[in-house]
Order: sequence, then C-alpha cells, then structure tokens
Amino acid sequence: MAAPPAPPRILQSGDAAITVEFSRTIDAEANRRVLALDRHLARAPLAGVTETVPTYRSLLVHYDPVQIGFDALGEQLVALARLPAPPTTNARRWRIPVVYGGEHGIDLEDVARTLGTTPDDIVARHVAGDYRVAMIGFTPGWSYLSGLDASLHLPRRQNPRLLTPPGTISIGGIQTGVQCLAGPSGWHLLGRTAVRTYQLNRDPIFLLEPGDAVTFAAVDAKTFGEQDRAAEHGGIVAELIAS
Amino acid sequence: MSRLVVTAVSPGTSVQDGGRFGAQRYGLTPSGAVDGLALAAANSLLGNAPFAAAIELGPLHSVFTARDGAVRVALTGTMRLADVDGRTVALNESVTLADGESLNLGVARGAVFGYLAIEGGVQGEPMFGSLAVNARAGLGSPYPRPLQAGDALQARAASGAMARRIDLPKPAEGPIRVVWGPQDDEFDAAVKALFLDSEWRISAASDRMGYRLEGPVIRHLRGHNIVSDGTVNGSIQVPGNGQPIVLMPDRGTSGGYPKIATVISADLGRFGQIQAGRGFRFKAVGMAEAQAEYRAMMALLRGLPARVHDATASGLDLEALRSANVAGSAVNAVDARSWLQDSTTQADTPS
Repeated sequence: MAAPPAPPRILQSGDAAITVEFSRTIDAEANRRVLALDRHLARAPLAGVTETVPTYRSLLVHYDPVQIGFDALGEQLVALARLPAPPTTNARRWRIPVVYGGEHGIDLEDVARTLGTTPDDIVARHVAGDYRVAMIGFTPGWSYLSGLDASLHLPRRQNPRLLTPPGTISIGGIQTGVQCLAGPSGWHLLGRTAVRTYQLNRDPIFLLEPGDAVTFAAVDAKTFGEQDRAAEHGGIVAELIAS
Repeated sequence: MSRLVVTAVSPGTSVQDGGRFGAQRYGLTPSGAVDGLALAAANSLLGNAPFAAAIELGPLHSVFTARDGAVRVALTGTMRLADVDGRTVALNESVTLADGESLNLGVARGAVFGYLAIEGGVQGEPMFGSLAVNARAGLGSPYPRPLQAGDALQARAASGAMARRIDLPKPAEGPIRVVWGPQDDEFDAAVKALFLDSEWRISAASDRMGYRLEGPVIRHLRGHNIVSDGTVNGSIQVPGNGQPIVLMPDRGTSGGYPKIATVISADLGRFGQIQAGRGFRFKAVGMAEAQAEYRAMMALLRGLPARVHDATASGLDLEALRSANVAGSAVNAVDARSWLQDSTTQADTPS
C-alpha cells in the first residue's frame, strides 16, 4: 500500500484567508490535490468559508473569522485534504482554435530560432499537447495550462511587454496560457485565439474552469477573423469535444 | 428623478461599494472601497446599507451639482474643506443639495480618499453583486471607469431629513499591524526584524492595485520567484528589487512574488489612507489578536447607525474648528487624525 500523501501546509494569508499549500513547485499531483480539495469544499461547504481560489500548488480559502477561527478551519481543511478525491463532475475538454505566427504570434520565429527548429515544428508541438487548466488568475479569464511539451520550456522574456493583445496564446517557463484581455506579459507570444475566456453579457461569463482539459487547433487568419466576429457577438467559438 | 452631476472631478474618483466576491477563482479581483469604515459611515448617515455603492473621492478638487431636484448626500473619509455654494459642509455629516446647488470639495488633507454617499445609494446594474468600478475588467456601473466631468448619477428624490452627524471612534494610531506569512519563510530573521524596525513611506507610484513602499531593501533567502499563488487585500509581496508592494482592492488575484506578511483587516482602511511620502511602521501581531480586531471591526460596523444623530445636537462645525486653529489650539488642519480626535473629544463635551 502506498504511503499516504504528506498533509498540506496551513499558511496564514492575513486574518481572513488560509493558504493550503500542497507543494512549493509546479507539480501535476499537487495541482490534482488542490482541485480535489476545491471540489470537496464545493460539494460540502464548510461554515464560514466564503470563497476559494485554486492555484497551481495551493488553495486559497477565504473565510469569515466571526464564524470560524484560524486553527479550527485549518484542522478541518487538513482533514478534508486527507480524503480520497471526489469524482470530477465536469471533466470537460475544449478545443481552442489558434492562428499561429505572423502578426498574431510575433515571437514564433524567435522561439523557433532559440530552440533550433522551424516555426512549423513549434506549432506542431504546441498543437499536439494535451493540457489542463491548472489555475485562472492575474486578470479575468487568464488561464494557466499545465502539460507543455518539455522541448518548449523557455525562460520568460528579459523585458516583459507592457501590452499584449487580447486572446494571446503564449508560453513561459514550463507553462502555456490563454490570455483574455489585453495586458502586460513576459511570455513568448505564439498566436491568438478568438475565444473569449471572459465575456460579459454571455452565458457563461467565464468559459474555462480549473481542471478543464484543453487542446489547440491551428486555423488560418481568415478563419480567425470570422471567429473573432462571431465571438464578439457572444459566440463561444471554442469547441466542447467531451464532457 | 434627481441627478447628481459631476461638474469637476479629481483623478482617482470612482463608484465603489463593499466589493465583488465569488469570482476570484476566474481572475476577477474584488475591487471595492479602500476605506470600508468611511464608506459605511457615509452610507449610515443616509440610512443606506453600510456597503451600498457610493463615490470614492480622489484627493483633488471635485464639484457635484444637483439637477432635476434635490439630492441628499453625506461626506466622510479624509478631511477636506467642503461647501455648498458658500455654506460650509462638515465632514461626517449629511447635507441636502437643492436643485441646482453645487457641493465643492477641496483637496484631501491628511489622508487620501473621501466618500460621498447618495441617499438610496448609487443606482446601477450590479455585476457579480457589485457596482464597484474595475476599469481593467470593464466592470462597474453606471460607468465602468473612473468618473469624468459630465457624468450623471441617478438619485432618489431627497427625503428632506434633517442634517445628521456620525460620531466615529478615535481612529487607531500607531504602527500598521500585520500577521506574518504566507511566505515569511522566504526571509531570514534579520530581514524580518529589518521589516519591522524600519520606517516606510508610500511611493507616489501607488494606486488601487498596490501601494509601493520605499525603505530598506528586503532581501529574499531563495530569490524572488515563487510559483504564483492567491493574494488577499493587504498581502505584502516583495519583488526582485526588495521594495515591498501592499496589494490593494484592484490587485491581481494571484502573484508570483513571496509575501512576507499581510496587513490585518482592521488596519486596511487606515493603511489605505496614508498619504504618499508620509512615514509609518509595521508591527507583527498574532492571529488571535488579528481576529479579535476583525470581530471588533465588524461590531463597530454593525453599530454605526446608533452613532448617527441630528447634526445640530453637537453644536460643532468646521468654522469652530477653524477658529480653534486660528487660536493656536492643538488642532492640526492638515492631519486628519488629530482633527478627528479633537472633533470627537469636543463633540462629547456639551457646548
């Protein structure tokens, strides 16, 4: 019988939140445990817990100290983390269309040169990946995906860009990401998608959930333009290929 | 319907409320008022729910004008001179603007943010239960951006209630209290001592996302990159240059710098009101004290309506304070803390 996994560390994040830390590093098993604890809390909410925020390696649990104290909540969270993972209720898999390179992915050629290969090869490796949404954070809908091919791991740019376009698909370190809003980024820009992971006046407002599976599909610039117009009017554009 | 029209406005003025919760897991930051107690006090003066949407006022001059009817408002937060067409308006009081009258607000003195509540609350379409402006996410109502001259906020017709005053307790003084963590183990004991023993100043390059601190360099034990994890209001993260940033309500929901400590909830509003360039210190407290202070803060918020009374009862107004200043008393017109302290003391004394 395998040894039970080590209990998470219970860290204080101020007086109204607890960081339940499963690992200090990016680790697929730790992320599974984060999402499992998150599902436990969604299925059977603990009194006083107000909101949870999953990240790669920890679950941030916001709570109301009038209803429950730090020590009592910490003990309950450790106990929950020891339970077997509950089944996923929405094991969804999305296919996200991406126009790679050129004006849409201005770093593709540099990335290919740095890695000693061709842009087409970079695209092929990125499209071949089987990814999972490890966390969503920074700005609305910015989805961090685990599962990037080790041959595409690259340090972040020395000089982060102050503005990168909405829908940017990029790689940084051992991760790849789907960015929704325009904003700063230190990652390498491979392409763009018309998919809005966050869009007001659409149901759902947020498309992806932590734990969702994601694959990418290369499309041409014309298709991107058509999809972008559809998405602007509330179209989801991403394809739900399993749920 | 009456309207409160923005005739002139300070930068950094926006509609804020108690914040937008429940979607931090999608990267949507809560936003909401920097000084929750001042927001709740302004709303309490008008009989609004404590965290109803109101106008968070930036530090410079602003003018608001009533149109199509009278509008009843209340002003709290930083000290500043205020008048309605020449009639002095006191801080922590409500006032009714007759149709066409303008409320003139001077520059902030001693602190940063003021709060101007409207009877009935700012009207708008809530998104995730909140009207709070989050300009980057395109959220906030009635305008998803800071207020601009020419904007108009719908207002309920003024009830005609008498001017009210709220007596707030003397603000806590002394260092800003923090609890260590969640990543204080990324710093050694000498650096943690340096963090507590040093005087800090808030950089001018600060905003509702984060207040940048200037002081000694806080060095990391193992470098400044950690795997991103979740943030809270008051998280004190230390980037590569060793100059801490205290995360504010428009923060990113996750961050990749070690967080040495977190400002306690009860001191967040007071911290957010510290002006750029003014020195302050941190003090570490235990979780038991921090959570006791949290509960005391909630009790104070619940008790605000009981602190509201007719403005005429105290016999105190800004003119009296000005006279006190001229007479060379201890009242310091540019330090909100001493001003509030004195006004509370005097209000407790029958005059």
